Amino acid sequence: MDSETVERLLRLSALELDEDARARLVRDLGRIVALIDEMQSVDTEGVEPLAHPLDAVQPLRPDRADPKVDRAMLQQGAPATRDGLYLVPRVVE
Amino acid sequence: MAGGAFATLSELRAELAARRVGAVELAQACLDRIAAQAHLNAFVSTCPERALARAEAADRRIAKEGQTALVGLPFAHKDIFCVQGLPTTCASNMLADFVAPYDATVAARMDAAGAVLVGKTNMDEFAMGSSSETGHLGSVRNPWDTGRVAGGSSGGSAAAVAAGLVPAATGTDTGGSIRQPAAFCGVSGLKPTYGRVSRYGMIAFASSLDQGGPMARTAEDLRLLLACMEGRDPRDSTSADVPPTAAEATPRPLRIGIPGEYWDALGTDMGTALDAARRGIEGLGHNLAAVSLPHTRAAVAAYYVISSAEASTNLSRYDGVRYGHRASAPKDLEDLYRRSRSEGFGDEVKRRILTGAYTLSVGYYDAYYQKAQRVRRLIRQDFLDAFASVDAILAPVTPTPAFELDAMQADPTDMYRQDAFTVPASLAGLPALSVPCGQIGGLPVGMQLIGPHFAEDRLLALGEAWQRETDWHMPHPRDSRAGPEAT
Amino acid sequence: MSTEWESVIGLEVHVQLATESKIFSDAPVAAGGDPNSRACGVDLGLPGVLPVLNESALGMAVTFGLAVDGKIARECRFDRKNYFYPDLPKGYQISQLAEPVVSGGHLDIDLGDGRSRRIHLTRAHLEEDAGKSVHDAYAGLSGIDLNRAGTPLLEVVSEPELRSPHEAAQYFRALHSLVRALGISDGNLNEGSMRCDANVSIRPKGRKELGERTEIKNINSFRFVERALAFEIERQIGAVEAGGEVVRETRLYDAERDETRPMRGKETSEDYRYFPDPDLLPVVVTDAMLEQARARLPELPAAKRERYARDFALDDYACARLTGDPDLARYFEAVTATGVEPRQAANWVLGEVSAALNRDERDADDIPVPAEELGTLIARIDEGVISSTAARTLLATLWREGGDADAHIADSGLAQLNDDDELRRLAQEALQHHPDQADQYRAGKTKLLGFFVGQVMKASQGKANPRQVNELLRELLTGV
Repeated sequence: MDSETVERLLRLSALELDEDARARLVRDLGRIVALIDEMQSVDTEGVEPLAHPLDAVQPLRPDRADPKVDRAMLQQGAPATRDGLYLVPRVVE
Repeated sequence: MAGGAFATLSELRAELAARRVGAVELAQACLDRIAAQAHLNAFVSTCPERALARAEAADRRIAKEGQTALVGLPFAHKDIFCVQGLPTTCASNMLADFVAPYDATVAARMDAAGAVLVGKTNMDEFAMGSSSETGHLGSVRNPWDTGRVAGGSSGGSAAAVAAGLVPAATGTDTGGSIRQPAAFCGVSGLKPTYGRVSRYGMIAFASSLDQGGPMARTAEDLRLLLACMEGRDPRDSTSADVPPTAAEATPRPLRIGIPGEYWDALGTDMGTALDAARRGIEGLGHNLAAVSLPHTRAAVAAYYVISSAEASTNLSRYDGVRYGHRASAPKDLEDLYRRSRSEGFGDEVKRRILTGAYTLSVGYYDAYYQKAQRVRRLIRQDFLDAFASVDAILAPVTPTPAFELDAMQADPTDMYRQDAFTVPASLAGLPALSVPCGQIGGLPVGMQLIGPHFAEDRLLALGEAWQRETDWHMPHPRDSRAGPEAT
Repeated sequence: MSTEWESVIGLEVHVQLATESKIFSDAPVAAGGDPNSRACGVDLGLPGVLPVLNESALGMAVTFGLAVDGKIARECRFDRKNYFYPDLPKGYQISQLAEPVVSGGHLDIDLGDGRSRRIHLTRAHLEEDAGKSVHDAYAGLSGIDLNRAGTPLLEVVSEPELRSPHEAAQYFRALHSLVRALGISDGNLNEGSMRCDANVSIRPKGRKELGERTEIKNINSFRFVERALAFEIERQIGAVEAGGEVVRETRLYDAERDETRPMRGKETSEDYRYFPDPDLLPVVVTDAMLEQARARLPELPAAKRERYARDFALDDYACARLTGDPDLARYFEAVTATGVEPRQAANWVLGEVSAALNRDERDADDIPVPAEELGTLIARIDEGVISSTAARTLLATLWREGGDADAHIADSGLAQLNDDDELRRLAQEALQHHPDQADQYRAGKTKLLGFFVGQVMKASQGKANPRQVNELLRELLTGV
């Protein structure tokens, strides 16, 4: 775990840290990676990945629309809205 | 509280049914005790007006049709369940001002059952932790010793029940977050089978592991609560369509597996306490048998890979745009994201997000995420193999009783290792019950009963029988005061 | 000697599926509406909400897979594609990377002059659409509207087998016809129901290895696909011939300037950290679902085209136009069913009817004149009751006012003048009024016949039967 990797992870995660916190993080992530590497010695040859503990199948929803959308309530706690739109600093395309 | 602050739900039901106490009286007593024991920091918020209004309605309902289900019984939700119109913070600065615009399925079902919500309990931020120290409002105190942690992440719920603030509370368990605080606080807690209780409206930590469940004084009360919480929910794709848990147990002699991988890892004190429990279970007429769960040692690693990976993307929605914390005067979009998220999340949450991003990123996915999923299958297979010869597995919940506040802060992996006995059942999606089984140095100790998928009934029956024969669930801490160690 | 270049093109077309509700929530799918009035808690990515798959979206994907002869995965799954963007509420898009619902398959495209080419498909997968950003309303700010978020999309990915901008446009057209015929999309290009990303690279003709490619995003018309690719190919050739190289990047097509330019907002080498969405379980396509989809499969455009050419003796153009729009085809067949000659029916449907649809910006499922009434009009032309000109006027009236064709013919006085005596009188009048021209005709300037026909038509207010008038005039002019 090096500061370059941490930099990349911060960017991917849209997070930022000051210098001190970043140094601590390099150390902590190093320890965490050491911990998770403990599974590397398990022989998993030929074992299928398991994404869900139950062997269940995706249920399907009937295609019916519920037109009731209470925008006022959904936007009550929104940090910045105007004319029903959520506002963000200008998006450059 | 009438019937005593430490009455069980079953006792309170009888009191309500006999009109010896009213729901308003019970709710008010809870609110008073929560205020009096505020230094435990067990609650994030209370909702007195809503509680008293619902309690009045409950009293009218009881007067008309008698007491049924949970009508009139006060309880608390872990502050991870959305309740329409109430703050739902996940103990995070990110959601400090978030008022849920809808009800979690569990919240709606508890309402429908007539239970009276008095407040929402404190926890580790976004349920990421084993000590309830990472929330934005600070640490929950263990009522048995306020210099110690209550466990986590459902530490507020456990502490609230243990201290007699409420007779019951909901919790969520991703890698032990119901079982471990239950054990640390001397209460009973059930992590149901993955899929038993709807996750809709329960703020996600790790989707393939998260499971809501009940916390109370007795296994009997857990059964009562589970009956109201469980059931297929069309809004949750992962919720299972299975028959409900039986209302009453049918006791029979069971074959109980003793996994050497767990027991051999115990220190002397814990070993002694658990050995006594093992003999006690045998004394109930059950047969013990050694079982092996050979991949146990890889469970913590696999759990931290999978849970962090899922968490890292589950928490991407907190971007300061539609709800939640937003950084002031962002200079551009990147700045809005980075500062809102960095100000909104605490250190542990950030560590998990970054760990998750690492294990999912190009070049690491196979070695970490996929590898962990393969290990997950092996761990589940260990259990399935064991359940071919035993009906349930008896195991410790924690390596030690509640540890001191801040004891695990220096190295995050010290804390992670505390989950060694609880994460295997989580990875396998199995139901697991935590009930008190002893004390070490005046601190409660719990034992864990793990069953096959959807065998909650069997586990609860074991727990009920255990609690009929023992009284480890009976002692409760003396009321504490805000002392010098709890400032 | 200058190098001869060839282009290699693959298209990714996002087809908006015509479901009632969104792919993972029960919010309605509909164009327009106030901002965020069709975005429910699930679409907004509120804390705690969960996705549940819409059965129609899956059914439509299966239908598509059957129609292109692709392989339907009996078990598929959804993955999360992680990146931050304001129109992406959860910070990830639910899509299918590792196990798409459809893989393989093919689509035949029309190269004109009767030739066609088979284009192979890589895959087709289900995913959710994002919302949209509104840029110009507020200074320094963008507004986010999530109404479109969660709209079901089928992303159809072709193999890089297209060799020219024209082929790419024809492929887009063929796909458009197909999804309309299947009824799985309204195919409304103006409303963004089909959007196309084009991957393009160049290489010296004959070489096997592919050159570095660029991706042109979000093209929403057949014409623009062709133009954007033509521009981009020229640009790439220009860059390479000038000693430079093609840089792998995402570009946008600016229709107004008719050029592509690099997109600034998005990084091209993003690490999307795909992994199976733990909120969703493996999706199983059952035998029953396959059977149901197979039973509902309509006649496909290619088969319909063959049938039109064979049974109706229509030319390539008419076949392609009619079968390109299932509603237009349905209307055409209803007109022929009244017993009129198919080629004549096709002329009317592709001529007058299509022009009126264009003028009124209506779709072919919304033609206000019942097919039976158009059939009657065409029959009355054949019977000589009305002229073609009169029929056009009457069609316009029917289009405007509705009603019965025969009643309109009676009311309008547009019934054709077939009375021989009356026509003879009008012809004679025309000759009398223009004696000089009559003389010139007789002197050999027979082109003037048209002039006299025009005079008679004018005098009869267009009602005279032109065939009869021709014959009469010729007789009168030569017989004197």
